[in-house]
Amino acid sequence: MIETERLTKRYGDLVAVDDLSFSVGQGEVLGFLGPNGAGKSTTMKMIAGFVTPTEGAARVCGHDLETDPVAAKREIGYLPEGAPCYGEMTPRSFLEFVADIRGLHGSDKSRHLAEVIERLHLDDVLAQPIDTLSKGYKRRVGLAQAILHDPRVLILDEPTDGLDPNQKHEVRALIREISSDKTIIISTHILEEVHAVCSRAIIIAHGRILADDTPAALEARSRHHNAVSLKLSGIPPLDAASALKGLDVVAAIEQGDEGQLRVVPRDGQFILAAVGQLALERGWHVDELQVESGQLDDVFRDITTAGAQEEART
Amino acid sequence: MRNIGNIFRRELVAYFATPVAYVFIVIFLLLAGAFTFYLGNFYERGQADLSPFFMWHPWLYLFLVPAISMRLWAEERKSGSIELLMTLPIRSSEAVLGKYLAAWCFCGIALTLTFPIWLTVNYLGDPDNGAILAAYLGSLLMAGGFLAIGACISATTRNQVIAFIITVVVCFMILLPGLPFVLGMFSSWAPQAVVDAIASLSFMTHFSSLSRGVIDLRAMIYFGLVIGFWLAANTIVLELRKAD
Repeated sequence: MIETERLTKRYGDLVAVDDLSFSVGQGEVLGFLGPNGAGKSTTMKMIAGFVTPTEGAARVCGHDLETDPVAAKREIGYLPEGAPCYGEMTPRSFLEFVADIRGLHGSDKSRHLAEVIERLHLDDVLAQPIDTLSKGYKRRVGLAQAILHDPRVLILDEPTDGLDPNQKHEVRALIREISSDKTIIISTHILEEVHAVCSRAIIIAHGRILADDTPAALEARSRHHNAVSLKLSGIPPLDAASALKGLDVVAAIEQGDEGQLRVVPRDGQFILAAVGQLALERGWHVDELQVESGQLDDVFRDITTAGAQEEART
Repeated sequence: MRNIGNIFRRELVAYFATPVAYVFIVIFLLLAGAFTFYLGNFYERGQADLSPFFMWHPWLYLFLVPAISMRLWAEERKSGSIELLMTLPIRSSEAVLGKYLAAWCFCGIALTLTFPIWLTVNYLGDPDNGAILAAYLGSLLMAGGFLAIGACISATTRNQVIAFIITVVVCFMILLPGLPFVLGMFSSWAPQAVVDAIASLSFMTHFSSLSRGVIDLRAMIYFGLVIGFWLAANTIVLELRKAD
């Protein structure tokens, strides 16, 4: 549904997006992750047909954004970064304008309008100029505009930015709900969001893809994947730590503030059994025991900073 | 076509959603009136025609039309809404035309609201109403010409003040070759054909023939070409620098 082929965007000497090739199929929700200035927004702008690539091509539902932009844009719902709107319009007149441009008429139009207004809870502000709305409402007007025509492809640049936790939750639920028959790309800074809605994540930095995997597989790259954290009572943490270090499946022990120990496995092995065995043998009193799946934050930091260091060296 | 209509409607409504439209119309009418009565000596001339009214239009438009055109694209760039507009399934040319026609229509509304002066002249005497209609048409065409220039320049920047100033300068340059003192500099040494050619570049020359009540086909073609050229340029500018 979405394909990019060697997509590149240069601004003078600055390479914003560098030779990016990937494709996203129906039913996939792709999370775009990366530090600020990594090229996420530029890539999305190119797929939405706003920025013209320096080299390479983007295709949506088979339509090339450069040779057949109108056909491609018909298939796309796009929420630009910061959700810009016509501030002097009311949400109702703005959504009607978008519906007209999208070619919705009559009962079809009113049905689509009623649906997005209900889904994004816009009923209370329909007659108020968009300029006077809160950030959360503005974002929801932008989202409403993007999903209004029930597009096959959705491109959402930071859809939950500026929303409160409840609204974030609702928007994520909305994305999950409509994702089954659509192709969705979202960009985000919030890693838990990737967990909540994405079936796949691409990490980019300096315009290049550094990782492309499911959120679970990315977490498995964390050194804390399958780590066991435990809290013991009746034994000094240091003694326990040295005993645990004796196990040959253990790579390191990290000590927490309140006496927790985090046992990091060698090569991501499953070590719960070994740790449990040891605790049993030594007769430790275990208060807490937990296997960690790994932190996306760690993976993100590792991958993006490693990329930066490499960059610095070359 | 349908998209041009949609954009046209949205734009025109937007003028009246903010005080911009009302401020503009009031200032336009005040200045038009002041120029006609004080500088044009409307009463003292003792003639029932509107030439003291129309003769000031090029100068009025020189400053007021760029005030309308400056926001056309610069504001969209500034607020980021251009990203929304240009990712909707429309062609750039449709957006250019829809916005331009709305602005032109707005100028037309302002111009139409000068009708009391037409009533006045009809009350006071027996003017040639056909000639007045031709002059109104010429005035509208000239506003359209200024507006097309301004729209194109507005698309090159995100700063409305810059758009305004550059538009005023470019419009002034286009008025310049038609002014008597400029033509005077050439007529002393250049052949008449060259002087005529220089004069025919100016809005002034073509507007003055229309404002005298002559439906001059050449003048209408001239304004048509000017508008077409600048709108085509506007579309190209937009295509080349949609994002930045």
